[in-house]
Amino acid sequence: MIHVENLTKYYNDFCAVDQISFDIKKGEIIGLLGPNGAGKTTTLRMLTGYFMPSSGTIRIKDYLLDEHLLEIKKLIGYLPESAPLYHSMLVFDYLDYVAGIRGMDKNQRISRIRQLVNLCGLDEIMHRSINELSKGLNQRVGLAHAMMTDPEILILDEPTSGLDPNQIVEIRNIIRKIGKEKTVILSTHILSEVEATCDRVVIINKGKIVADDIMENIKQSAGQKYFIHLDLLNADFQDVNEQFSRIEGVEKIQKIQEAQNGNLSIRLTCESPVDLRETIYQTIKQTSWVLIEFHQETKTLETVFRELTKED
Amino acid sequence: MQQAIRICKKEFKDYFISPIAYIVISIFLLVTGWFFFTTFFYYNQADLRNFFNLLPITFSFLIPAVTMRLFSEELNVGSYEMLLTLPVTFADILLGKFLAGVLFVAIALIPTLAYPICIAFMGQLDWGPVAGGYLGAVLLGAAFVAVGLFASSLTRNQIIAFIVGMTICFTLTLIDKMLFFFPRALLGVIGYLGADFHFKNISKGIIDSRDIIYFLSVVFIGLYSTYLAMRGKN
Repeated sequence: MIHVENLTKYYNDFCAVDQISFDIKKGEIIGLLGPNGAGKTTTLRMLTGYFMPSSGTIRIKDYLLDEHLLEIKKLIGYLPESAPLYHSMLVFDYLDYVAGIRGMDKNQRISRIRQLVNLCGLDEIMHRSINELSKGLNQRVGLAHAMMTDPEILILDEPTSGLDPNQIVEIRNIIRKIGKEKTVILSTHILSEVEATCDRVVIINKGKIVADDIMENIKQSAGQKYFIHLDLLNADFQDVNEQFSRIEGVEKIQKIQEAQNGNLSIRLTCESPVDLRETIYQTIKQTSWVLIEFHQETKTLETVFRELTKED
Repeated sequence: MQQAIRICKKEFKDYFISPIAYIVISIFLLVTGWFFFTTFFYYNQADLRNFFNLLPITFSFLIPAVTMRLFSEELNVGSYEMLLTLPVTFADILLGKFLAGVLFVAIALIPTLAYPICIAFMGQLDWGPVAGGYLGAVLLGAAFVAVGLFASSLTRNQIIAFIVGMTICFTLTLIDKMLFFFPRALLGVIGYLGADFHFKNISKGIIDSRDIIYFLSVVFIGLYSTYLAMRGKN
């Protein structure tokens, strides 16, 4: 569906996007992830034809971007960051204008706008001026703008920024729903958003792709380190330290806190290809400690993200 | 072309949603009406020469005020990104905005038709120069709209766009009155650059292809420079 090869963009001397390549299949929801200034927005702007790449090729379906720009624009619905709409227009007038430019005739326009009003929850604001809208409502109108012709590819730049938690869940549901049939690319720096909506993650840092894989693989890829959390009663740190350091694979033993009732919280850093939980349990069983909590911290995308994008 | 018309419609409507249109048209009518009729009865001549003489100066003020927002506002708000990623070409956008500006100038000129109609009752009005004058006014307006569009594409600040546009329009209007500053060899060329000079010819009722070509080339250069300025941005 989308094929990007060696895409590069320079702003004067500054290289914002550096030779990135990726492929996106039909029906995928891709999360473009990266810290601020990593080149996410620049990449999306090139995909939508707003910026001309300094070098590299973009092919969407069978169209080359620099030859069939107009055809490509018809395939893509795009919501730029923070949805900059015309301030002086009414919401209905704006959507009607967009529908007109998208080439819909009068009847089509009305029925499509009705559908979008239901989908994006706009019924109460249709006759309000856009500059009176709150950030969240503005964002929803922007989403309606992007989905006007039911495009095959939907590109959303930070679609949930500025929304309240309920709206975020709503918008994610909308994206998931659309993503069943359409190709969706969304950029964000909110990690839970990617976890909640995307099939595949592309992590960009300083204009380069540092990871591109499905969610599960990305989580595993960042080494075999994991953490085990233990809460023990009736135990002494010195003793615990001695016992656990005998286990092969336990790298580090940290005391987190010692409560007054003798509750000892510790965190084990493990690096081992096998699951150490059984060995740890056996060790505890042989002592007189009372185990009150025992869990493995699951590796979040957050930790992976930090590992991949941290400063050298 | 259809897309350009849609954009033109939207831009034209925008003028009348905001107070810009009403303010600009009122000021235009006040200024031209005042300067025209204060001297009109001294001359005791049934023509519109004074009205047309003043037009290049008032246009130099007012047209940049009309065009200053066309690109600056879009760049400032960021809506240009949404517009350009819709299935339109840059030519559509440029043409749409240009036509909206020209249409606005034409609308602003309509109330002034009251002057020749009144004068026709008072004396023997020669309609030839009047028709030529209005044709010239629209051409002059189109040229200044193109210049104003260019100024608007340079910056996201509307005030700067207005001042730059006004400076260029003024220069074009007044350059043939400042010929004594220039070396003799250049006089012909620089005299030809003056908008006022060409406008005067048309408003006398003489429709010369040189004058029409002059205005059309200013339009073309203005629009093409706008294209270059906007292309540099992405």
